[in-house]
Amino acid sequence: MRSYSSLALRIGVLAISLAAAGAVSAQDGITVYNAQHASLTQAWADGFTKETGIKVTIRKGSDTELANQIVQEGASSPADVFVTENSPAMVLVEKAGLFEALPKDILDQVPAQFRPTSGRWTGVAARSTVFAYDKRKLKEADLPKSMLDLADAKWKGRWAASPSGADFQAIVGALLVLKGEKITADWLKAMKENSSAYRGNSVAMKGVNAGEVEGAVIYHYYFFGDQAKTAENSSNVSLHYFRNQDPGAFLSTSGAGVLESSKHKKEAEAFVKWMGGKHGQAVLRDGDSFEYAIGNGEASNPKLEPIAKLDAPKVEPSQLDSKKVTELMTAAGLL
Amino acid sequence: MTVSLSLDTPALPVLPLRRQRHLAGRATLLLAGAVSLCALLPLGFIAWIAIETGWQTAFALIWRPRVGELLVDTLLLELCTLPPAILLAVALAWLTERSDMPGAKFFSWLTVAPLAVPAFVQSYAWFSLLPRFHGLPAAVLVSVLAYLPFLYLPVAAQLRRIDPALEHAAASLGQSPSRVFMRVVLPQLRLAICGGSLLVGLHLLAEYGLYAMIRFDTFTTAIIDQFQSSYNGPAANMLAGVLVLNCFGLIGLEWVLRGNARYARLGSGAPRPAPPQGLGAWRVPALALPLAFAALSLGVPMLTLSRWLMVAGDDVWRQDALAASLAGTLGYAGLGALATVAAALPMAWLSVRAPGRATRFLESCHSYLGALPGVVVALALVTVTVRIALPLYQTVATVILAYILMFLPRALVGLRAGIAQVPVELERAAMSLGRSPARALLAVTLPLAAPGVAAAMALVAMGVATELTATLLLAPNGTSTLATEFWALTSELDYAKAAPYAVLMILLSLPMTALLHAQARKSLGS
Repeated sequence: MRSYSSLALRIGVLAISLAAAGAVSAQDGITVYNAQHASLTQAWADGFTKETGIKVTIRKGSDTELANQIVQEGASSPADVFVTENSPAMVLVEKAGLFEALPKDILDQVPAQFRPTSGRWTGVAARSTVFAYDKRKLKEADLPKSMLDLADAKWKGRWAASPSGADFQAIVGALLVLKGEKITADWLKAMKENSSAYRGNSVAMKGVNAGEVEGAVIYHYYFFGDQAKTAENSSNVSLHYFRNQDPGAFLSTSGAGVLESSKHKKEAEAFVKWMGGKHGQAVLRDGDSFEYAIGNGEASNPKLEPIAKLDAPKVEPSQLDSKKVTELMTAAGLL
Repeated sequence: MTVSLSLDTPALPVLPLRRQRHLAGRATLLLAGAVSLCALLPLGFIAWIAIETGWQTAFALIWRPRVGELLVDTLLLELCTLPPAILLAVALAWLTERSDMPGAKFFSWLTVAPLAVPAFVQSYAWFSLLPRFHGLPAAVLVSVLAYLPFLYLPVAAQLRRIDPALEHAAASLGQSPSRVFMRVVLPQLRLAICGGSLLVGLHLLAEYGLYAMIRFDTFTTAIIDQFQSSYNGPAANMLAGVLVLNCFGLIGLEWVLRGNARYARLGSGAPRPAPPQGLGAWRVPALALPLAFAALSLGVPMLTLSRWLMVAGDDVWRQDALAASLAGTLGYAGLGALATVAAALPMAWLSVRAPGRATRFLESCHSYLGALPGVVVALALVTVTVRIALPLYQTVATVILAYILMFLPRALVGLRAGIAQVPVELERAAMSLGRSPARALLAVTLPLAAPGVAAAMALVAMGVATELTATLLLAPNGTSTLATEFWALTSELDYAKAAPYAVLMILLSLPMTALLHAQARKSLGS
């Protein structure tokens, strides 16, 4: 009888040591804190590992969640590289002084508008804000001229967004830079009145497609991604680009940076360089992410509206303030 | 959350010998005390954050319209879900336990089976079948379907146990069958209904995946939103504080409603089983109720899953990630079950062998955690490890600690029942022959209590296998479990790829569900 319990103990010890071994072995290669879409970063990591033999371990999370996490972890962060969907989270980590300055050859891979002047991180992809609308219900003349029009009472109950997502918070960040705190706070208050909240851009688009709302402020590529698959969630949807340097034409930069605390800086830099370089950008062009390639002279997926035609407002990425955005949104009752 | 509040078996009355308490008690008491301290950590943490945040900021974060909205949502959810769930559970329990409905036993199994379908898989099934189905009505329907067994199990068990003599007496005094039910049977079901409702109510407060998917905001979804927007900021923690108050409010309410009336029979003799009541012409139409429940709670998930599996074809089973997350789930479930049962052991032993005021206090430290949503425990552990115990941060150890805290009450109930069945004389004999109390416990008590230990482990393992929020917040880099992968895929609307994960979670939960059903019948005497 005694053997049972000692066997159980031994199994316990064995299991714990196995798990511990598993946790240690995950530390080989580099650790990427990834807030980008899992499948895109996985494709980048796979391509990189195949070419260099360097293993990539990925931790999933959302932009601001992981950025705040890195800030709290400080010098003891296990992360080597931080990859986001949008810039505000990068700014948060940059402001905390946790990014390593990147070498010039990495920065020079993308045009200056897609990276901060500090050179502490760089852009690797971009995404455009759009108004995805139900083409059965809205004609072109009915569409809002500016994203600010959505604060109008006539849009009450007719539009949607995903306020808890980093994507939307980046758009609010741009609005804050372009129009200031007063207008942003008022717009958010009107949004709380007028809009329905969905959890995730794709779910918001699905809501438009199902006829629950007439339109949603999301990013462009959810539409193209769904069209390329079954079109099940976008068959009734069309995209409206605000253009005219409207806050709603904001082009958001997905960033990548190497942490100062990284113990594998060389490998980490190699990964950031790879993402922004020819092969990494080709993943954007040929894959099914439908995000914009931004590398010098690199082409995006031909199905996309060219960046030059978007007429996006000029926003210095390092001015995007996620903390202020969360505060304003919490005050407006959206979070 | 504890499944097992409802399956509570009272400890056998054992006269605690002063000497024995002295011998074995001290070490065990110390161990149980240490576990209790750990268990108080989440509560202490929220108090600490509230103090650290400062009264004014904390007040501003709590006293705002958004919190009011969430409060209304949460109250509406409880108010709209519990009454229909109670009605349905009592009706189903009466049909399967007391009537001559054909196939009663089979339907009893069928009514418990939805326990094997994790709540967020249930809502995935409904949401992808009816894309426009969302908000309060959807939340209520799916909650009833997912959590009804927690009410059905204790009510059915109680119905089997009730002494029919009272009913016969009432009938012989000329009361109609329906009046007998209302005036004699129903009052005796009060404890079971209160206990089951509390369990369901707490689940409604704690659930994340279900409500996130069908777009209904509760405190738990709002906490995760805040967490994702600002990691563990004061706003998330203050929401967690309000959520904890909600939980305690619910427990208090149950305590008041339960009252302290006496329900046991007095005098000698044993109740005989109640004869099944004839339904007459209703015998076959009555089948509609359990059939409808099974169709909604089991049929819809089966339909949705098979549709997505068909759309996806064979390839979807060949994802590398699938095998990895299955292995991850099995590993965590196994480790979690072992660790939790080990942590609960000293307390379980104490509460059976040395009941007293001190042990009762320690025991409530262990079991209050059953009322805390996983997200509160996880939030506490994230902050504590990142600020104070950094080497433990993002390690397997921390995730396991979270599982221990969350599932301690489950383990306790299973273990207590097991230990109560071991004759104390054997333990004493072992000790009088020179074994230390700890060794006597390991060598004699534990093997004899094996069925109880196994049940406790199964209960914990089932909880871990479908746990979502704590795993999302705490898991080490590169971890994947069935639940987290399923969640990631459904968030990207990849319903087809998510389907195999759901199927595996259901398959893993099935044996444990069967065990629960069997245990509920056995422990309450059939």
